[in-house]
Amino acid sequence: MQHPQRNLSPASSPTPRSPAQEVPSTRYSKDSTPVIELRQVTKRFLTPGGQTYTALRDLSLSVAPGEFCALIGPTGCGKSTTLSLIAGLDTPSAGSVLVMGEEVHGNDPRIGYVFQTDAVFPWKNVLHNVAAGPLFRGVPRREALERARSWIARVGLAGFEDRYPHQLSGGMRKRVALAQTFINEPQILLMDEPFSALDVQTRTLMENELLQLWSALSASVVFVTHDLEEAIALADRVCVLTAGPATVKGIYTIDLPRPRNVAEIRFDPRFVQLYHDIWEDLRDEVMISYERAKHSS
Amino acid sequence: MSEPNTLLERQQSIAHPMAETDSAALAALVRRRRRRRWLINALRLLLLVALIGGWELGARLGLIDSFFWGRPSGIWQQLVTWVLHGTAQGPLWVQIAMTLEEALLGFLIGVVLGISFGVLLGRNAFLAELLGPYIKAANSIPRVTLAPLFAIGLGLGSQSKVALAVVLVFFIVFFNAFQGVREVDRNLLANARILGANRWQLFREVILPSALTWIIASLHTSFSFALVGAVVGEFVGSIEGIGLLIQNAGATFNANGVFAAMLILAAVALLSEIVITALERRLLRWRPTALSEVTL
Repeated sequence: MQHPQRNLSPASSPTPRSPAQEVPSTRYSKDSTPVIELRQVTKRFLTPGGQTYTALRDLSLSVAPGEFCALIGPTGCGKSTTLSLIAGLDTPSAGSVLVMGEEVHGNDPRIGYVFQTDAVFPWKNVLHNVAAGPLFRGVPRREALERARSWIARVGLAGFEDRYPHQLSGGMRKRVALAQTFINEPQILLMDEPFSALDVQTRTLMENELLQLWSALSASVVFVTHDLEEAIALADRVCVLTAGPATVKGIYTIDLPRPRNVAEIRFDPRFVQLYHDIWEDLRDEVMISYERAKHSS
Repeated sequence: MSEPNTLLERQQSIAHPMAETDSAALAALVRRRRRRRWLINALRLLLLVALIGGWELGARLGLIDSFFWGRPSGIWQQLVTWVLHGTAQGPLWVQIAMTLEEALLGFLIGVVLGISFGVLLGRNAFLAELLGPYIKAANSIPRVTLAPLFAIGLGLGSQSKVALAVVLVFFIVFFNAFQGVREVDRNLLANARILGANRWQLFREVILPSALTWIIASLHTSFSFALVGAVVGEFVGSIEGIGLLIQNAGATFNANGVFAAMLILAAVALLSEIVITALERRLLRWRPTALSEVTL
């Protein structure tokens, strides 16, 4: 049992519009500094038409060390924007983003990011894709390749070192992406709908593998998804975001025991109960987003 | 991947045990593909023979005036003469070497400049916006018209030809490199940055390989343009080269000579195409084969 029941402190999770929820007693002390903290973050973009578009408004969120936090919300609500702010790929228009208690400045080597679309380098074979991180960071070549080989084996791709991405299936490419990210041993793992392009069976497999890899790494995870089942099955905590501009609508602690089997946990009565509760909250936002999409088209 | 099975083969595969029919069907497929290959090659040869034979026959029967349009046997004769006895301007290989040298030099300089400026402007939105209209204007000029200018400025030596080839090659490679750099997948850039790449690594490991698809595609056309530059430069004024050979043949109403020189140029262009294709195969071997093997 690497992961006994993980519950979260209510103090570490500011919930501006959160419905009243009972959060059970916690593993994390109330004064443990959050790994990621977003304080009243607003992000505006300038549209090509010259208007401002507000993606995030007064979003506050914090993630504790080792916590698996899922962000869920309707499509296009600003979930990915949140991740790119944490990763330092973009800067907030107002408010502050803190990682390990410090304001984010450019790229942080402690952060790993798994993208929604394929972001493995098509001109590198599997070995060099996985070794890219250490090589960029100046690890000696021999050592980097050695580590890459062991990570390739860990994600079950041993024997495929010489293949190029186009020779692999979608699920295999995702494994490469995971190995590529995990080899840097990030303390913070940001995942932007990483499995949304996979078929359902592959997806369940990958989710289980992710949980295994994560438990060995003990990183904090922010996992963006629009799939509520996936969010509940994986996370310690699920944050429901409103239809854009996004802000936190509700935060739910997932008190399902670990280790979990993603394929089977869906039949757990507690899972069904949580799904029901969160869906109540999420449904309104999905409807708002749907209505908007209908009007704009 | 494979051609669809015929009804017969499908029936066979139902009737017989699995392994046996599989190998039988496969053999049939291989046989059919080989037969098709053979047919195409045979037809190609036939087409060539018909074309050249028709020309020769037409010339002999007086349907085609061989004084103005030449004839295959005359062209062959001219080639043999040039190879064995040299041209009026000296040995044939010297002429070929001269033109090739000019084209190659112009090609290399043009490619290096084109890639450099393309990458620079592709990465720098400010410069791109600043210089954009001027580059478009310069590109709209028919650039072979610069040939007399270069002849005046750089003389009748090879420099004026190299300059013309550079100008022709530059714009093709430049626009491709520019576009290639702009089309780099933003996710790949973000991924490389998060994995820890610095600016130079980002350029070398992400931007350049990504733009290379575009750049190499431009090399195919740009070598022919380099040849055009060298030959047109020689038309305008020179002491040696295939261009001069064509010019002289034309001036002396030697149609066979024009065709013979043209054949030599075509052979040179074809050879360069083979080299560039080999280079492409090597540099872009990461691409799916279906994409990189669409060649005619």
